[in-house]
Amino acid sequence: MSSNIYRDKKPVFVFLIPAFLFMAVYLYYPFFRNIINSFRQIKQLGSPGIGWNNPWYANYVEMLYDDIVWISLKNTLIMMAVTILGQVGIAVVLALMVDNIRHGRQFYKTVFFFPIVISATALGLLFNLIFLYDKGMINQILESLGKTTLTDWKAEGIALVTMMLPVMWQYVGFYFVILVTGLNNIPDELYEAARIDGASTWQKVRYISIPLLHNVICTCCVLAVTGALKVFDLPWVMFPKGMPLKTTFLTGTYMYYHTTQTKNVDYGSALAVLIVVLGIVLSKVVNRIFKEKDY
Amino acid sequence: MKKKKFSAGIFWVYLLLSLWALTTIYPIIWVVQNSFKAKDKILADSFALPTGELFSLANYRKAFQNIDILGAYRNSIFISVMVALLVIVFAGMAAYALSRYRFRGSKMLYSFVVAGMMFPVFATIIPVFAMEFKWGIANTDNWWLTMLSVILPQVAGNLSFAIVVLSGYIKSLPLELEEAAYMEGCSAYQIYFKVVMPLTKPSFATVAIFAFLWSYNDLFTQMFFLKRPEMFGITTLLNQLTSQEGTNYGLMAAAVTLVAVPVIVVYIFLQKYIIRGMTAGAVKG
Repeated sequence: MSSNIYRDKKPVFVFLIPAFLFMAVYLYYPFFRNIINSFRQIKQLGSPGIGWNNPWYANYVEMLYDDIVWISLKNTLIMMAVTILGQVGIAVVLALMVDNIRHGRQFYKTVFFFPIVISATALGLLFNLIFLYDKGMINQILESLGKTTLTDWKAEGIALVTMMLPVMWQYVGFYFVILVTGLNNIPDELYEAARIDGASTWQKVRYISIPLLHNVICTCCVLAVTGALKVFDLPWVMFPKGMPLKTTFLTGTYMYYHTTQTKNVDYGSALAVLIVVLGIVLSKVVNRIFKEKDY
Repeated sequence: MKKKKFSAGIFWVYLLLSLWALTTIYPIIWVVQNSFKAKDKILADSFALPTGELFSLANYRKAFQNIDILGAYRNSIFISVMVALLVIVFAGMAAYALSRYRFRGSKMLYSFVVAGMMFPVFATIIPVFAMEFKWGIANTDNWWLTMLSVILPQVAGNLSFAIVVLSGYIKSLPLELEEAAYMEGCSAYQIYFKVVMPLTKPSFATVAIFAFLWSYNDLFTQMFFLKRPEMFGITTLLNQLTSQEGTNYGLMAAAVTLVAVPVIVVYIFLQKYIIRGMTAGAVKG
């Protein structure tokens, strides 16, 4: 920047102080404080605690023997697989289809995106009604198709499916929009050249669209993995406290459960540390698997 | 693709796209139509339209009598508007300084900002609550303080993202206008508020919409700070309602309608900006 305007550095601090003060007080300090908290004994939300754990790493040992931690880890990993395969997968298919039609693109974009705008809490209520045992929407449809018994969608075994379907459904449109933007960036000349060479629609999709979309799909997968760790609202509304029998906990909902319901705040802190570690490790892994390529 | 006939393949493409569209639209239509049926008839034949005998406004009457839905709207909109405003004010200034000034440590500060996006809210919420409790702003019966206790952490949660998006935009602005203003004798502050800010308006809109919706739809943070019924926002109210009246399906359907329909109307009018706002972070990478 050669300009003289920005030689005088004094205004920099005035511009930077509010935002960085905020981040220091509300992000960085609490983040490190939380790690310290996970070694302390805290029974009450809001209190600084009554001393150190004995031994200080007790919470992390407890985690190893806590079956529900393993259940929630397993569920979270399943959730990630669902977000990558379900959300990104369906979004890729829908985006490629929309890219090949002439009419109604804007309509589909509007309609596919709109569940994201509605709060997951409201969608939780909505899906509670849809999956209702007695006369919910799904059971009525199944009945009219000739099924004679009602399915309890919140029973053990199937509850996980009932919880993950709405989460998956809500965010398909998000990845769809990102992918459609990516497809629009592919130059028309490539398709034109392929057409002259006699390529079919399918060949154009297979040999032009998908390879050139590779990097966008990678971005989507990274977002899907980090997004899966943040899922909280919808599972908590539909299956509060991990019901039935604590089988539907995710790492986030389990952390909330211990923080607010069992008065084991320090254990909640330790679980939050676990979520952070999981996030860092998994996004490294995903970045490794879906390495960006240059074409 | 130009002069192709309407082939069978295209037919299937439209069919599949429309099927997915049906899964996103129909659930909302279904819940709206059932919200207009009496409590006992609601799910008997849930696909029928609420006409004639089936039609009833009882659910809405009960909703407005028993739950303070307007109060929840007021609280939620107040919180979200304040979050959006504070985010663009603070993030705008920081983004301007980071993208125009060259000084020692500017790279490092920027990487602090980017790292800030990685902190999940789970990892900060407990100390934030403890801190605000010690200051006396969390868990009080004062409305203003309670609102403040939610607004502050939500602002912090959106700042990183906002700074990244805004700096990208400010960097792309031509320097000539700022130089011209400098020649006229404007100070750095005047240049920012009179030249840069107006030019950055589209990006501010994107960020504000993102922050507003994020705050409006958030349940996790609000559950920690909004504990009294008169302080509830929309999401905390709905969560409370499910645990207390989860079997009153008519009331549930009415509540979902009252919450979702205004958002859908706003979305239809502002969809271009909303879609851009929600996907901005991702497309920038």
